Amino acid sequence: MSQKFGWNWLGVVPFLAFALLFLMLPTMNIVIGAFRTPGGGFTLANVQGLFSPRIMSSFILSIQISAASALLGCLIGFAIAAAMVHGGLPKWLRGPITTFSGVASNFAGVPLAFAFIATLGRVGLVTMLLRDWFGINIYAMGFNLLSFWGLTLTYLFFQIPLMVLIITPALDGLKKEWREAAEVLGASGWQYWRMVALPVLFPSLLGTFALLFANSFGAIATAYALTGSTLSIVPIMLYAQIRGDVLQDPHLGYAMAFGMIVVTGAANLVYIILRTRAERWMR
Amino acid sequence: MSFLLSTLRRRLSLKRLQRRGGPRPKSGNGFRRFWSWTALIVGGLYFFLPLIGTLEFSLRMRRGEYSLDAYRSVLEDPRFQQTLGYSVIMALATIVVGILIVVPTAYWVRLRLPRWRPVIEFITLLPLVIPAIVVVFGYIRLFNTSSFLPMTGTTMGTNILLMFGYVMLALPYTYRAVDTGLSTIDVRSLTEAAQSLGASWVTIIGRLILPNVFGAVMSGAFLSFAIVIGEFTMASLLNRPAFGPYMQILGANRAYEPAALAVIAFAITWACMGLLSLVTRITRVGRAGK
Repeated sequence: MSQKFGWNWLGVVPFLAFALLFLMLPTMNIVIGAFRTPGGGFTLANVQGLFSPRIMSSFILSIQISAASALLGCLIGFAIAAAMVHGGLPKWLRGPITTFSGVASNFAGVPLAFAFIATLGRVGLVTMLLRDWFGINIYAMGFNLLSFWGLTLTYLFFQIPLMVLIITPALDGLKKEWREAAEVLGASGWQYWRMVALPVLFPSLLGTFALLFANSFGAIATAYALTGSTLSIVPIMLYAQIRGDVLQDPHLGYAMAFGMIVVTGAANLVYIILRTRAERWMR
Repeated sequence: MSFLLSTLRRRLSLKRLQRRGGPRPKSGNGFRRFWSWTALIVGGLYFFLPLIGTLEFSLRMRRGEYSLDAYRSVLEDPRFQQTLGYSVIMALATIVVGILIVVPTAYWVRLRLPRWRPVIEFITLLPLVIPAIVVVFGYIRLFNTSSFLPMTGTTMGTNILLMFGYVMLALPYTYRAVDTGLSTIDVRSLTEAAQSLGASWVTIIGRLILPNVFGAVMSGAFLSFAIVIGEFTMASLLNRPAFGPYMQILGANRAYEPAALAVIAFAITWACMGLLSLVTRITRVGRAGK
């Protein structure tokens, strides 16, 4: 064994070669491209180009949609998970809810857009029912599926289940003794949640928020199938740039991709840091 | 990194969540129960209305009555068959290559390179951090016709590139599944026993380790399948005739067929997740029985 010691690393060479060739080198290539002039020299001009009004507004829109869908996903997902774990619902409901969450959190992309067009589009089922049964014309009231709120509502279809899947174990980790102790001391249910449970869960909640944020920030298929290119969020703009150089500057495209890595990287960093803090309570 | 990993594990084995019941709520709290039911019903409406809406819409193609015309139109479309066939083959290739890359690596890291684990795990999680569109952008630049490895120059080369891209996308899930599976068996003793009987490395991994983590491998495989089958970004930017880009083009040009496609896609996702939880349950029962 000892004489072999120096050669053990050979066993992971295929994996490392794969990761290097199909994950790291391509990414590095883009990052380096973001700091290069067409001639090959170093420059910050491309990254500065990100601050032009057109690109900046797409980043802001993307961040807003991701934040809104992550926030609502967290709140609603938390409510559902809390109802399931601590809310006195029948126990048999837990299985179906978790299984359905697993399916729904993986049901993203193009078909999800179709499902929402068929439901909340101009001739969708819910749109028609609201109009015919209740006399409410949501499109006359200003609702549009191909908009900020339409996209956010659609993203919630995979954000909420993901939240349920991630937060349920954290809710299971709330010790029964804490609740009993709070009750013995005369705390109401609301006081228990506000002063015991939520502070304990806070890092998990915030961390999951960061994960959901990154999740929708990088998503493109749903938005593209839903809105085409009417809503210029970052991934759609980058998609158009890769297909046809709509910015008329390839290096600006690299800078946009770099900007995306920075945003999702920052969100994941927040997630990692907060999750580490959260794990202290999970033992 | 263990937090991200534990999250992944939760996504992989749903059954785990269902088994471990939380603290039982005290009975008689009608207020709390009222809000629980409210949350559940509102959530249920949100999730089932789109499914019902899609199903209803997909049946509306013939004026004035429900029919399966949209499904017939989709199923008879030769491009539907071609693209779905292409994506199924891609998914199967992704699963096979993914297993070939992940199983030996996870095994070797557990057996000989425990110190490398954090590094390897970090790499397997990177696809969650780097958006797929950025990676494929890198592919187009790095493997173009004038590069050291001109994979995008030929159709087969592009197919292989896309397949490796999918292996990369599924890596966080497959690696996690296999590594969890390996943690339930005694890798070291099994290996030493096999070695003392004169088994080669290929025999050990193929006939000893792989069958022992079969359930975990299958979980990863079904999740990979669900990811690959409808994937849009990579296939579209590499110009391959996959199912995801086909659905997008159909959605831009037709009214009722996309709804039928969405129902079919949902059924495929549901089947993958159903098989996943079935495999998890069977392997767990099998292990408990030993």
